[in-house]
Amino acid sequence: MMNRIKPLLGTLLGLWLLSGCTGTEKDADRKSTTPPADIKAVGQSVAETTAPPLVPKPVGSREATKLIVNMEIMEKEGEMADGVKYLYWTFNGTVPGSFIRTRIGDEVEFHLKNHPNNKLPHNIDLYAVTGPGGGAASSFVAPGHEVVFSFKVVNPGLFVYHCATAPVAMHIANGMYGLILVEPEGGLPPVDKEYYIMQGDFYTKGKNGEPGLQPFDMQKAVDEHPDYVVFNGKVGSLTGDNAIKANVGETVRLFVGNGGPNMVSSFHVIGEIFDKVHVEGGDLINKNVQTTLIPAGGATIVDFKVEVPGTFVIVDHSISRTFNKGSLGMLTVAGPENKNLYSGKQTDGIYQPEGGTIQSMPGEKAPAAPKAANLAERIAMGKMVYSKTCLACHQENGTGIPNAFPPLAGSDFLNADAGRVIDIVLHGKTGEVVVNGAKFNGVMPAQTLTDEEIANVLSYVYSSWGNKKQEIKPGTVAAKRKH
Amino acid sequence: MNNLGFSAICMCASLVVSCSNLTLRPDTLPIEAPATSGTGGEPLSILVAPTDTTSMAEVKGGSYVPFYGKADSSVMVKGFQMDIHPVTNRQFLAFVRLNPQWRRSAIKRIYADGNYLAGWQNDSTLGYGMLEDAPVTNVSWFAAKAYCNAIGKTLPTVNQWEYAAMADETTRDARARTSYNQHILSWYEKPNTSGLSVGLTTPNYWGIMDLHGLVWEWTEDFSEVMLSGESRRDVSTDNSMFCGSGSVGASDLMNYAAFMRFAFRGSLKANYCVQNQGFRCVSK
Repeated sequence: MMNRIKPLLGTLLGLWLLSGCTGTEKDADRKSTTPPADIKAVGQSVAETTAPPLVPKPVGSREATKLIVNMEIMEKEGEMADGVKYLYWTFNGTVPGSFIRTRIGDEVEFHLKNHPNNKLPHNIDLYAVTGPGGGAASSFVAPGHEVVFSFKVVNPGLFVYHCATAPVAMHIANGMYGLILVEPEGGLPPVDKEYYIMQGDFYTKGKNGEPGLQPFDMQKAVDEHPDYVVFNGKVGSLTGDNAIKANVGETVRLFVGNGGPNMVSSFHVIGEIFDKVHVEGGDLINKNVQTTLIPAGGATIVDFKVEVPGTFVIVDHSISRTFNKGSLGMLTVAGPENKNLYSGKQTDGIYQPEGGTIQSMPGEKAPAAPKAANLAERIAMGKMVYSKTCLACHQENGTGIPNAFPPLAGSDFLNADAGRVIDIVLHGKTGEVVVNGAKFNGVMPAQTLTDEEIANVLSYVYSSWGNKKQEIKPGTVAAKRKH
Repeated sequence: MNNLGFSAICMCASLVVSCSNLTLRPDTLPIEAPATSGTGGEPLSILVAPTDTTSMAEVKGGSYVPFYGKADSSVMVKGFQMDIHPVTNRQFLAFVRLNPQWRRSAIKRIYADGNYLAGWQNDSTLGYGMLEDAPVTNVSWFAAKAYCNAIGKTLPTVNQWEYAAMADETTRDARARTSYNQHILSWYEKPNTSGLSVGLTTPNYWGIMDLHGLVWEWTEDFSEVMLSGESRRDVSTDNSMFCGSGSVGASDLMNYAAFMRFAFRGSLKANYCVQNQGFRCVSK
């Protein structure tokens, strides 16, 4: 960490390097040998702070400086999920709070303001601070007041900040956390796109999805049973229109934090391998990583290049959280296909464990399946198809997953036009649909089901969960298939 | 050094040497809190009493286990009278009209910070939309104390306030009840309650209203139980910063509603004026 060479010796060495080196010298050789604590801060400026998922401009090659950071604490109502309201406690009005970007040797003058309308005192503990409580002891601030304290950043890395006022778990659980980056001298290697993501767990009196203003539930927090595990403070903060974006061929860097208070994140991007991971946000670089752990109160920096277009799903790979508690985000990559890297589906054949060869199977020649004799039978058989094929996404009771998979229960989209629904099951659907007033923007693949199976499963869906009791006949499906 | 002696640092310095005299030290608790010293003194001018129209309710004496301190250390609280609702804008307006030294334009910063009576149009006119019957807020501890003293009353001690406020509608000590804590906690989720009228809630066991759910309230010795602001450090039991040890010593760890009240008190200095804080008075 600390360079032990005496500054004088360092200067001499530096001079020798400058005079004796050719153009092939490594960057590292050009770095100053001044211990971080002795780096002089030149001039001063007000720090650019950004709301997630954006980050401020890289520090590049600028000198260390005095950086004034303004942070206002606001207790304000927001939306945790569709129809679910929550009183968030925030740094600068967002969860996570504003991203702070510094370089080693910067002197940060931190202004923490507690809005007069707030009910509670707060403070801030920044892990980039070398000092008692990470600044918490110096920053305790009553509503309607502002405190100022200063610190020098002497360790490079990506660090968490959070509120540390009693009860600490509650202040964090209400959204009081964010990230502060300390770049090395000369900055991090440049990339095309940088984004800011922070996971947090939330505890509400009502179960996941229960509407209305949901109070915080301390007992659930103590038991560590979150109702929501989300990126950037709410379900859907990084999906659909809010997805982060990149183009084929670009390098992407994600600054990822985990505010907790309790859950550990198994951070993973489906369909990408992290070329480079700054393990735990520190100096250690790991390469070609599929999933990286982020402790509660920890962070990581991941770099990867996107080579093919499509939607890459960002998850906490404790996967029930992804599909049932909200930890799902999206990275949308635009650009030309690259068939060398990814072909898409090439064939879909039958597999016979008895030793038969794999043979191509056009849909029409599906193996004969039992035919339903009446509507009751059709619905019963449809239910079996549903649990094998549809349940994983649309859920057992047809509720779907907010912001990911549309509901089938009491669905206006479904009841408006059965023909359209048959089309979607046959041919798949990509892009935006609006169901019961909520937007969904995903992909449903074409289903390899027989006409009979599609008729059965749709009859089951139409007969369940308050839908309009319509029977779908195999003939109707067959006619649609010919289009 | 802050001459008010109310910053955490100063209080703690004095706590270290005078712990045994502390009001809230559970094992050596006097029945009644002595007035705190080192408050800097009030303006010397004589106070003129406005007409006091607030009814009071009798709170019968008894013992209770305070939130801070050892779980088995109960404290005797002598019987006292308490205002049934917080002091209102109308009442405080009358007070400043009679006592020009407490007007916004005349007040010294050591007695009230820049938020003093924020929201009033001027020295003697409430702000637009402010209700006369809403609790007066943005008042300092000094101003609250001066008001109570002018009408021959005092601010409640932390023990008096906590003792009266642990009651719900039917019981003297409802702190273990879920409904009691829910009621307190739901207030944190309601924005801007300070503009509502006093006296609209159900009276508690003693016939007192609005102790929870409207505004925070000043107490005479608010600074003697301190959360330092560094809550994790407050947990350590050998912490000389306060005598009733911290979070671990709380008589009910799950009573986080109370935690927040004490954290709030710990963030204050006597000249602070807070949008969501008012006061009420007590007498013997």
